[in-house]
Amino acid sequence: MPDALPPDRSKTPRQRWMAVLARADADAVQARLGDVPRYTVLRGPEPGLVMVRGRTGGGGAPFNLGEMTATRCTVRTDTGLVGHAYVAGRNERLAELAALADALLQDPVQQPALLRQVIEPLAELQEARRAEIAAKAAATRVQFFAMRNMRA
Amino acid sequence: MAYVAVKGGEQAIDHAHAWLAEERRGDTAIPELSLAQIDGQLGRSVDRAMGEGSLYDRELAALAVKQAQGDLIEAAFLLRAYRTTLPRFAHSSPVDTSDMRIRRRISAVFKDLPGGQVLGPTYDYTHRLLDLELAHDSGGATPKCHDPMTAMPRVPDILRREGLMEPDGDGATEPGDLTRQPLAFPASRDVRLQALARGDEGFLLALGYSTQRGYGGTHPFAGEIRMGEVAVEIEPPELGFAIDIGDILVTECQMVNQFKGSKTVPPQFTRGYGLVFGFSERKAMAMALVDRAMRAEELGEEVTAPAQTVEFVLYHADNIEATGFVEHLKLPHYVDFQSELENVRRMRREHETSPPPAGGGLGEGAVRTLVNR
Repeated sequence: MPDALPPDRSKTPRQRWMAVLARADADAVQARLGDVPRYTVLRGPEPGLVMVRGRTGGGGAPFNLGEMTATRCTVRTDTGLVGHAYVAGRNERLAELAALADALLQDPVQQPALLRQVIEPLAELQEARRAEIAAKAAATRVQFFAMRNMRA
Repeated sequence: MAYVAVKGGEQAIDHAHAWLAEERRGDTAIPELSLAQIDGQLGRSVDRAMGEGSLYDRELAALAVKQAQGDLIEAAFLLRAYRTTLPRFAHSSPVDTSDMRIRRRISAVFKDLPGGQVLGPTYDYTHRLLDLELAHDSGGATPKCHDPMTAMPRVPDILRREGLMEPDGDGATEPGDLTRQPLAFPASRDVRLQALARGDEGFLLALGYSTQRGYGGTHPFAGEIRMGEVAVEIEPPELGFAIDIGDILVTECQMVNQFKGSKTVPPQFTRGYGLVFGFSERKAMAMALVDRAMRAEELGEEVTAPAQTVEFVLYHADNIEATGFVEHLKLPHYVDFQSELENVRRMRREHETSPPPAGGGLGEGAVRTLVNR
């Protein structure tokens, strides 16, 4: 369904995989990554805050709505690839795995396999969850048939 | 106002906290609540703690609710305290509520609005009868509909096509931030919205209600209420491009109000805006009512009512500040009170020797005491 498409319509491939990893389950990322090469953690994983902004009236000047927790991590593989992650919440393991996956995905040789084995299945899971919620919402959409029948 | 440190209560305090911990746990023969249970089954409590704690983290909010024994103002206080321990990485791009993954979306002004009315998991139309079966296990499958949802334009945008709705305004300014700069007046609308978003639901509900009852009436209509997930996007400097970090659940309310127009502005609809963390519809509606009421001066309306008085609203909306000042009265004021006691005794003596003139209210001494405080 159109509304349930992943929010990636205008994203670069890297923005898309980072968005998928940020919403993933740490166990699932680890299981799908399998054996990973040696890497060094350059920063974090560390928890912090992101100030979430809204817009006045929905489309006007920005205002600060409130903060949310987020965790960030940066890693470098022994082959020299640097990966970053910022993920909502305080899951440090997810942040580290997401940063590692981001590093590995930047290797053009590994990328197609990683997209196939890691990113696409995770994206499908996230899509299924969105579709399930959207289907429940759609079932509560009001149909004004009764009103029409009464007037007929 | 003064209070002095009093030593000697350490052991009593330790014992009190030990009893509190035992009370919090309750009967150990009954299983302990998990955070997932609180988030899953007391989600509206979690939403409120996040909103007023001004920190979106469902698990932490569930912990706060548990630690506070369900006292939601205390839970919000715990979240506010926790956030001070963390560095801020970034601010997000403004969330795009028109791109919300809708769980609920209703309008009280257009029946057949594009995209339709989606009720979502609402208490509306329930009979508010206690469900005795819920005392035991509950559950069941939710019906699903796989017909595609169609686009759901925001109701103000529909009215704007006819030119009947005020525009959203300029989107370029850097907003003020109450977590970094204390409240100052005049407070711009961005600061007011931040204060309202983290304000006490009960206070805002009462103020919103007061506008409906005539104290600064604005003839509101619930133009649109929508609830669902929005993506949060930040642009870390080390990357140089925007990335999604996840989704948050928010409730938005567009309250539509009539506006007679002015010398420069034709008659049109104006709006109050509400946006809050979680599924918090009552809070979003109250916020929108109070936001609109506080725009009275901007729109050339007479400021007569509490809800229109920006300083009054913003100085009293924060329940963490309010609880701090009210509850500080519990702290020792022994010396302070001692001087009051001396004063009243002296006034008594004066009263007995020379009674005040007939019809007099407070004696001169009492007035002086009040002034001196």
